[in-house]
Amino acid sequence: MANPSEPVEYPRERLSPVSTSVGTGGAAGKPERATVREVFSEMPWLVKISTIWLILVVGGAIYAKLDVAVFDGALPLQDPNLQTNNFNGATGQFGDGEPLESPSADHWLGTDAIARDTFARLVHGGWVSLIVAVTAAAFGIIVGGFLGTLVGFVRGRTEAVLMAGIDVILAFPALILLLALVSIFEVRSLTLISLVIGALSIPSYTRVARASSLAISNREFVTAARAIGTKPQTILFREVIPNVFPVLLSYAMVAAAFVVVVEGGLSFLGLSVQLPQSTWGNMINQARRDIKLNVAQVFWPSLVLSLTVLSLNQVGDWFQRRSAVRSASL
Amino acid sequence: MGRVLIARFGRLLATLFAVTFLSFMLTSLLPGDPAVAVLGQDGIQNEELLQQVREDLGLNRPIPTRYLDWLGNALTLDLGESYINKGQDVWSDVIVARFPVTAQLAVMAVGLAVILAVPIGIIGAYREGRWQDSTTSAAVQVALSVPNFITGIFLIWLFSVQLGWLPASNWNRLGNGVVDNLKTSILPAAALASTQMAIFSRLVRADMIATLKEDYILSARAKGLSDSYILVRHALRPSSLSLMTIVGLNFGALLGGTVVIETLFAIPGLGFRLINAIYQRDILVIQGITVFVAVVYVVINTVVDLLYAVVDPRIRRS
Repeated sequence: MANPSEPVEYPRERLSPVSTSVGTGGAAGKPERATVREVFSEMPWLVKISTIWLILVVGGAIYAKLDVAVFDGALPLQDPNLQTNNFNGATGQFGDGEPLESPSADHWLGTDAIARDTFARLVHGGWVSLIVAVTAAAFGIIVGGFLGTLVGFVRGRTEAVLMAGIDVILAFPALILLLALVSIFEVRSLTLISLVIGALSIPSYTRVARASSLAISNREFVTAARAIGTKPQTILFREVIPNVFPVLLSYAMVAAAFVVVVEGGLSFLGLSVQLPQSTWGNMINQARRDIKLNVAQVFWPSLVLSLTVLSLNQVGDWFQRRSAVRSASL
Repeated sequence: MGRVLIARFGRLLATLFAVTFLSFMLTSLLPGDPAVAVLGQDGIQNEELLQQVREDLGLNRPIPTRYLDWLGNALTLDLGESYINKGQDVWSDVIVARFPVTAQLAVMAVGLAVILAVPIGIIGAYREGRWQDSTTSAAVQVALSVPNFITGIFLIWLFSVQLGWLPASNWNRLGNGVVDNLKTSILPAAALASTQMAIFSRLVRADMIATLKEDYILSARAKGLSDSYILVRHALRPSSLSLMTIVGLNFGALLGGTVVIETLFAIPGLGFRLINAIYQRDILVIQGITVFVAVVYVVINTVVDLLYAVVDPRIRRS
C-alpha cells in the first residue's frame, strides 16, 4: 500500500554500495526524513501535550542537576534538601518554613514533613527517573538491539543459543529478579540502580530487535543487495540496522514508561537511590505516612509520576503506530 | 501432541535449571565473605558461628557441587533456615505460611480485573470510535499508567481516611471469616487489579473489533439474533482464548508484583516477607522466596501454554 505522500526511497538509494550520504546509526540525520517540527505538527493534540510534558520534566531535571553540579545552587530553584524551619547559623535565627505547608509563593507546592520544598524535590527527583530510563534505553538499544538485529540477520545456531538464553532470563519474574539483584548490594547509588535496571532491560529489546530484523532481512531491498554481491556486513549496517533502529526507538519510549514505574516502586520500597536524594517514589513513600494530615504531599509526586508514565505511553504508542504505517507503505 | 509435550517439558526443565541456578548464585555473588553477609552484624565477632555458616553453605567447595547439593536439598523442600530469625525454616515457616496470602491476593486481583475488563472491552469494541469507546479507552489509558502503589494509596485515602469504611492494614486471614478477610483484602486486590484490568480490556477490545468484522457475525445478524446475544455468544468466545493466555501469564507475574502492594497494606504475604528479608539482609530467606516465586512463575507459564494448545485445536494440530 504505497502512500503517495511518502516517496518510496529505499531501493534506489540503498542499493548503491558506494552511497556515502547515508549515516549508519541514526534515524534523525537523514535529509529525506521528516524534521522535528514536521513530526510535532503531525501529532494529535494529546500526544503533543504529552511531548511538552516530557520536555518539561527532562528540562527541569537537567536544570536541577546543573544548578547543583555547576552553579552551586545559584540558579533560581530552592535547595531540595534544606529543611526550611531549621536553625540557621549564619543569621542566628530559625527558618520561617513550616512542615506540611500549603502551596504559597515561596513554596509552590508546599513543603514536606520536614519542611523541605516539595517543588524543588520533585524537579530533582526527575533526574533519577531520567537517568534510569536513559541508561535502560541505551543498554537496551545498544546491547540488546545490536544482538537481536545481528541474530535476526545471521540466523542459524547463534540465534538459537542466544534466544534460548534470553527466554530463560525472561522466564524470571522481572521484579523479583530486580529485587534479588538489588538486595545483594549494600550501597545503592544511582549508577548501580541504573546499571542493574539497564542490564535487565536488554532481553526484551533483543526480542523486539530480532523480530524486526527478521522481517527486514526478508525484504526485497535486502535480497536485492545480496543479489548484487554486497558484503553481509555492509548489508547489516547499511540496510538492516537503519531500519530496525526506528522500531527500537519507539519501543524504548514504551519501555521507559515501564522502567519509570519500576524505579518508582523500588524507591517506594526504599530500595532505590538513597536519601536525601529525592525520587518520586521515595517522596510518595515518605508523604503517605502523613496522609491523614496532608494528602497534597502524596498527590503531587503521584501526579508527576503518573503523568510522566502516561505521556511516555502516549508518545511511544503514537511512534509505534506511525512507524507501523510507514513500514506498511514501503 | 505427544512430541509437543515432550519438547515443552524439556524446555521447562532447562528453564527451571537456569532459574534455580540464578537464585542459587545469589549467595555466591555477594561481595566479600558470604558467611559474614549471611550472619550480619553479630556474626562478625563470633568466629565459631562464622565457621559453622561457611560449613553450612559449603563455601569451601566448588560452585557446581555446591549447586547440586543445594538443589538436592531444595527438592526435598529444605531451603535452609533464616539466620536472622533463628530457627525459622524457610520452607515451612516462610513459604508455606505466607504463600496462601499472596496467592489469594493474586486470584482476587485477576478475578476482579477480568470481571471489569470484559464488559469494558465489549463496550469499546461494540461502539468503536464513538463516545462510549473513547471514554472507556481514556479511562483504560489512565488505569494503565497509574502505578498500582499510587492507586493503593489513594484507595486508602478515600476508603480508610476519608470514609472510614475499610481498614488500611491489619490483614485478616481467610480463616478468620470471609467477610472480615474481604474487608482487608478488597482494597489491595483492587489496587492490583486496576493495571491488569487495563491490559485485559485493551486485549478484549482489539480482539473483538477484529472478530466483529467476520462473516459469521454478519450472518448471525442476518438471522435476526439480538446484538447482546451475538456479542457474548459469537464474538466473545474466540477472544476468550487470548484473554485466557494473558490472564495466565499475568497471574504468574502478579505473584511477584504483589511485593509493593503487600508492603503498602502490611499484608503478611511472601512479598512483604521478601522486602523485610532484604532490609535485614536475610540471605537464605531472599533466596528461598526468589527461587519459589520463579519456579511457580515458570510452571504457570508452561501450563498456560499447554492449556492454550488443548483448548485451541488449530494450535494442537500444528
